[in-house]
Formats: sequence, C-alpha cells, structure tokens
Amino acid sequence: MSEANSDLKRTPLYDAHVAAGARIVPFAGYEMPVQYAGENGGVLNEHRWTREHAGLFDVSHMGQAKITGADAIAQFERFCCGDYEGLKPGKQRYSLLLNDQGGILDDLMAGKPDEDGLFVVVNAGCKDADFAYIGGKLQGDATLTRLEDRALLAIQGPEAAEVMAKHEPKLADLGFMDSVRMELFGVDAYVSRSGYTGEDGYEISVPAADAERIWNLILEDDKVRPIGLGARDSLRLEAGLPLYGHDADETTSPVEASLGFALSKRRRDAADFPGADRILKERDGAAGRVRIGLHVKEGAPAREGAEIADAEGNVIGRITSGGPSPTLGKNIAMGYVPPAFAELGTALKVIVRGRQQAAEVVAMPFVAQRYYRKPQTA
Amino acid sequence: MRFTKDHEWVAVEGDTATVGITQYAADQLGDVVFVEVPDAGKTLSKGDSFAVVESVKAASDVYAPVAGEVVEGNAELGSAPETVNADPEGKGWFAKIRLNDASEVEGLMDRAAYDAYIASL
Repeated sequence: MSEANSDLKRTPLYDAHVAAGARIVPFAGYEMPVQYAGENGGVLNEHRWTREHAGLFDVSHMGQAKITGADAIAQFERFCCGDYEGLKPGKQRYSLLLNDQGGILDDLMAGKPDEDGLFVVVNAGCKDADFAYIGGKLQGDATLTRLEDRALLAIQGPEAAEVMAKHEPKLADLGFMDSVRMELFGVDAYVSRSGYTGEDGYEISVPAADAERIWNLILEDDKVRPIGLGARDSLRLEAGLPLYGHDADETTSPVEASLGFALSKRRRDAADFPGADRILKERDGAAGRVRIGLHVKEGAPAREGAEIADAEGNVIGRITSGGPSPTLGKNIAMGYVPPAFAELGTALKVIVRGRQQAAEVVAMPFVAQRYYRKPQTA
Repeated sequence: MRFTKDHEWVAVEGDTATVGITQYAADQLGDVVFVEVPDAGKTLSKGDSFAVVESVKAASDVYAPVAGEVVEGNAELGSAPETVNADPEGKGWFAKIRLNDASEVEGLMDRAAYDAYIASL
C-alpha cells in the first residue's frame, strides 16, 4: 500500500500529506494523496467541500517550465494550436501540444506572468516527454528551463478568493486566466486564477523549500481543507474537463476531443499548426468521432472502457471516463461516438458488465463552471 | 465469523452462509456508491465473482468465499449502498448462500488470524 517505492518520486508536500493521514497511491510516477483521513476526508466529502468552500490541492507533480529567448514564443507556437504571440501580458491560455498528425501529445497552460517568455504547466505523466520534445526543437537562443525546484498548489472553490484575499488583497483583482508573477507569502510566486475543477480559484507556483510552510498557512483557515486526487478527478469530470491519457491521447485530434475552442483564430486562419490539414477538415465536419457527455440513466456507473451502443444495441464507441457525480447525484461519463450520435438528447446505451443501460447525450460541463470573470469597465 | 484473504466475511447458520466484505475492505474502498448483488438461484463456485462494489473511483469484484446457491441478495444495498460503509459486517451483507459443503468454511481464517493478516499488509 504505502510502503516506500524507490521508483516513485515525492512532491515537497509528501510529509504534510502523510501527517494528515492521506492514503498515498502511485500516480504518474509520484506518491500522491488520493484522499485524506478523518471524518472530513474521503472522496465524497472532499468533493463536496470543494464545491461549497475551498479545497487545497498539491499538484506539484505537474511539469513547470519557462520558455525564454528572443523568438521563443514564435517557436513555441510551432508545437501547438494556440495564439501566444497575441496573448496579452498577464494572461494565460489553454492549449494543446500536437504531433504532426494533429494528435494531442498533451494539454497545457501557458501564460505571460512576467516579461520573460512563457510560463508553461503540463501534465505530470507527459512532462518528461513534452519538455524533451519542445526543448529539443527550440533553436537559436530560445531555451526551455524546467522549474523542478518549484511546487504547485491549487486552491479551488467558491470561498477560495475570500481565503486568498486575506493573505494578499491584490489576488482579488485577478480575473479568470490572469497570470502574474508576484511576491506572495514572502517568496517569488507565479499565480494564475485558474484550475481544473470548474470552480473559481488559483494555481500558485512557489519554491519547493517554502511549499510546506505555505500549504500549512493556507490550511489554517477553517474554510480550507486538503483535497486528494480522487476528488480532483470527480471534480474535473463534473466540469467536463478531459483528463489526458484517458479522454484524449495522441490519436485524438482537438476537434475529436471537443476542444476546438483551443484552436486560436489566428492559427486557424494561418493553418500553421501541426496536423492543420486533418484538423481543419475535421472542423468542417469530417471528424469520425467526437467526445460527448453522457448521463447514465440507470444501473451502475459506466467507467473507462465501457462500450457505448446506439438505441438498437450496436456498439458505436467507448467511455473514456465516468463515474458518479456527487453534485448531481447521478452517473455521468465522457466518451467518443460518431458525430451522428452526438446531438444533445440522443438516446444511447452504455454496456456495463454485459448489461445495456440507458444513457442520454447531455451538454458539458455537467455542473456549471463558476470561473471569476471580472466586471467589464466602460 | 470467518474471513478470506480477499476481505470477505462468512457467517454460518445451519446450512446457510451470510457473506459480505470486511470493515477493512470497506475502509479501503472509501465511499461506496453502487452495489450489485446476485439474484437468488445463482450457483456459485468458490472464488467466483458474485457481486460488484463501486466507490467513486473504481469498481471492485467480490469473490464467493464458499460454493453454493444464492438464496437471497441484499436488495437494500441497491438503494442504500452507503450501508456497506456504515455497517459492513452487519446490515451491509451482500448475499445468503446455501452451502454445498458446510465444512468448507472451516478452512477460512478466524477473527484473530484475519486481524493478524491485515496487520501484515
């Protein structure tokens, strides 16, 4: 169970998780907390707490890097479908790292928190490959520098902003997807107003040596509880957000993955991203499959690998992630089907342990996102 | 009550065994959100997957600790799966099985042996 495994890495917060009685599991090469102990712990409690108050997540396993140099941003654009030349300073944008066939190598956040290139956060399971790939292709004085001496904390939930404003009032001024470099808790921090739960909140990159002090400081507030990877997964599922390696992989394109919003207009018009031929054709209606949301209307939760069938029982696709939605009190899932079956309201079936169960195509997010949009000033 | 290494318990009355999962198993699973129990009449060999218990995260098979015929599945778990967390070794029972061979139960661990076993995990 939790005995040390020398092949697995630990984040700077490992000791804090163990002290809190977390159940530790291997994830993406790290020993990570899947849920915490005690009467407030467990996936359901932690999930609900985050939706109602504020949850603190250790996401230090994710990959952080700076990409810098004279034309570093232009070079970075060659690997993805986002418009980063046009991204305003102080903002970040979600994008997809693409292979030459237009398949998704990873999804990522990249932003301009300072005057020095891009700050990039990628998935833990992909970070070595991503950074080797990007770093190996950068030319001239453009450089990728991994920030391995940094931890990454996420605070998420409707009370996250109130909690963080007590530590630093300036954080209240950030809008969704703002990205800044600032002094916070006495250290050099990268802060963005974003996350992966569908809630308002922040992701905060701090030096590893200060991570445990800052983690404990944030947890001093009664509104905040530590949240494990179990609830992180059920929260992102409710928010309709894909988990790379499950809901998208190197064979799926942005259009198939229903991530077409990540294709920035300037890049579409220029058709200058990897796999543009395929992806733009799919965008014009040629996709063979698309990612949909399903409400499983009866029976057991439909999980990754379960088949999706049409109303007559013919198998047309597969579930890529699914489970109970604690917020909605029903079973939800994501999966891929041909576009003809993707229309909202389409009656489908999911096959769980050989049994056909009624399901219906529904809109994602399953639970409304509550990102903080700054009021527009005239 | 007798126990298996797969964390099922068995309580025998006459020729019928009530089976479920142990407190340890329920704690390890976390919040149970769905339980599928067998229908009456189903014939089980020892080691058959005869029920499924699902937490938020995953589905797990439950294996028949003894051979026999299902007399009753615990239908209440369908609408109240959380009973498995609240009272796994009582109201959270999964099925009653008419034993083919009552002596089969003798080969399973008693409470002391099971406690020693989970302490070793």
